[in-house]
Amino acid sequence: MSDDTTGSALRVSHAGYGYGSRAILSDVSIDVRAREVLALVGPNGAGKSTLLSLLAGDVDPVEGTVLLQGRPLLEWSAKERARRRAVLLQSNQMVFPFTGQQVIEMGRAPWIGTPEADADEEAIARAIGFTDSGHLVHRTFPTLSGGEKARVSLARVLAQEAPVILLDEPTAALDLRHQEDVLRVARALAAAGAAVVVVLHDLSLAGAYADVVAVLDRGRIAATGDPAEVLTPELIGAVYGLEVRVIPDEDTGRPIVVPRRGSAGARGSSLAGREATQQ
Amino acid sequence: MTRADQVTGESAGARGRSRRARRGVIVVVSACILLVSGVVLSAALGQLPISVANVAGSLLRAVGIDNPWAPTDELIERTLWQIRFPRVVMSLLVGATLAIAGAVMQAVFGNPLAEPGVVGVSSGAALGAASAITFGLAFLGGWTIAAFAFVGGLIATLLVYATARAQGRTETVTLLLTGVAINAFAGAGLALITFLGDNQSREQIVFWQLGSINGARWDEVAVVGVVGACATAVIMAFARQYDLLALGDRTASHLGIKVERLRIASIVLVALLTGAGVAFVGIISFVGLVVPHLIRMLLGPAHRMLFIASLVGGAALLVWADLLARTLVEASDLPIGMLTSLVGGPFFYWLIRRNRRQSGGWA
Repeated sequence: MSDDTTGSALRVSHAGYGYGSRAILSDVSIDVRAREVLALVGPNGAGKSTLLSLLAGDVDPVEGTVLLQGRPLLEWSAKERARRRAVLLQSNQMVFPFTGQQVIEMGRAPWIGTPEADADEEAIARAIGFTDSGHLVHRTFPTLSGGEKARVSLARVLAQEAPVILLDEPTAALDLRHQEDVLRVARALAAAGAAVVVVLHDLSLAGAYADVVAVLDRGRIAATGDPAEVLTPELIGAVYGLEVRVIPDEDTGRPIVVPRRGSAGARGSSLAGREATQQ
Repeated sequence: MTRADQVTGESAGARGRSRRARRGVIVVVSACILLVSGVVLSAALGQLPISVANVAGSLLRAVGIDNPWAPTDELIERTLWQIRFPRVVMSLLVGATLAIAGAVMQAVFGNPLAEPGVVGVSSGAALGAASAITFGLAFLGGWTIAAFAFVGGLIATLLVYATARAQGRTETVTLLLTGVAINAFAGAGLALITFLGDNQSREQIVFWQLGSINGARWDEVAVVGVVGACATAVIMAFARQYDLLALGDRTASHLGIKVERLRIASIVLVALLTGAGVAFVGIISFVGLVVPHLIRMLLGPAHRMLFIASLVGGAALLVWADLLARTLVEASDLPIGMLTSLVGGPFFYWLIRRNRRQSGGWA
């Protein structure tokens, strides 16, 4: 492990990915550091999920590298990877009626046969407490609502106790309070030393909770850095094709992103303009 | 989170586990009682009635314990050891292997309707075995028919898998339609081979399509036993991985499972289990559907317990089905495959109806 990777849990360097001649990601470099929450934002189809697949090790980049603790991600064995990074996907469906408890226990699978397995009970209890899913453990997973499934699945990911945690739109199915809860959990995990990557659609959530925001635009990183510097009306206008207002939060000073709804004409024209550039 | 919460969280997990374990023991013990009573009755009942004491005595003598109940009549002894016992053991083995094959298939496809008979693995295996018989192939000795059944079953499983799996999920409709196509093709193949064969092989093939354990021999029992034991041992070792597979392919791989390898190994195991059974007793459908389904309703879907209980339950089901098959109508041997389909068909129909109600049709 070389010196320049110290503090970097997961590093993507000049990565490209695509099917055939269609490039989905090109020349993407990001650095996921311990003790930080990195929010991945961008319009639909910008390549967020593909980038998350690269980070998870589902696919190998066509160009560039992905290093986990300084070593190419896919050189780790499947089990070693599972002990180092946990992933929450957008869709968590299940046909068979496992209980919430059983699903959360599955998060401990990578640790079977290691000394860490002794801590299974505590890890599971912590994960249940963090996600407020204690009342869901005896219900069967397929009968849970979308939001409840998301919480139990998040508990499963936390029970895995990996130093790198990847969350693909964990707030999508959640109500306002549970959205905030999930991101508070992400912050707490980072404070405890984890490196957290979270794909978000809500720019205000990203602004409020992330240490670093990376904006993806058509397969490239358009900007990355401190939320207050990255989330500007100019950048968001250029990437999303939508006029927004960025207001500092009264309590925290962090950026809140609100679409400008006053002039429908302005929005319509900028959307049309973006589509023209995409053609 | 407070310390008190953690304590209740821990005990909730432990409580759930011990409750499930207790239910598991009850179900397995009940199935064992069913199984033992089925075995004893099967050995006792038939054209030559033999007393239960004689059956027990003969068994005890075989393991070296002298006792006063053992039959003194040579005819009774021969009936037991040459006709009844091989048949009973064969029904136990085939029931157990089919039930486990069904449970594995459902785990691999992530679909509770996958079953070797329904999706055409059994008829593929039957076609393979029938080819070996009609064309008089015997280059692997007593294993030839079983080997051909395995190859036929494997080809059918691979076809179903390649067709019905897309983007990491199984489409139920495609799965069942593939089964329809394979069953139709294998049925036509069987008909052709029946047409080509001489009278003796013709009779043998007709029996198969109906399924019968009549005339099981010890050497055949040994083949099914060896294959079944080896495959089951591997499957038990995979039990936990099948649990994780229920989370979906990607999530299972994020938890350290090599999904593709597990699937390919499982497909070979299903073909082995189904092929071994089909080679000697023909097509017996729905055992792999009904048994794991009932067990899942009673014990939940965790695969270790599901496999153990399915093993015992499948054996018990088939020993009773075979007993019914040969005693229901006096002095005639009904095909057992017909019996299981008579029960399994309506059950399958009920499953489809229920599934439809719950998920609002097929996606």
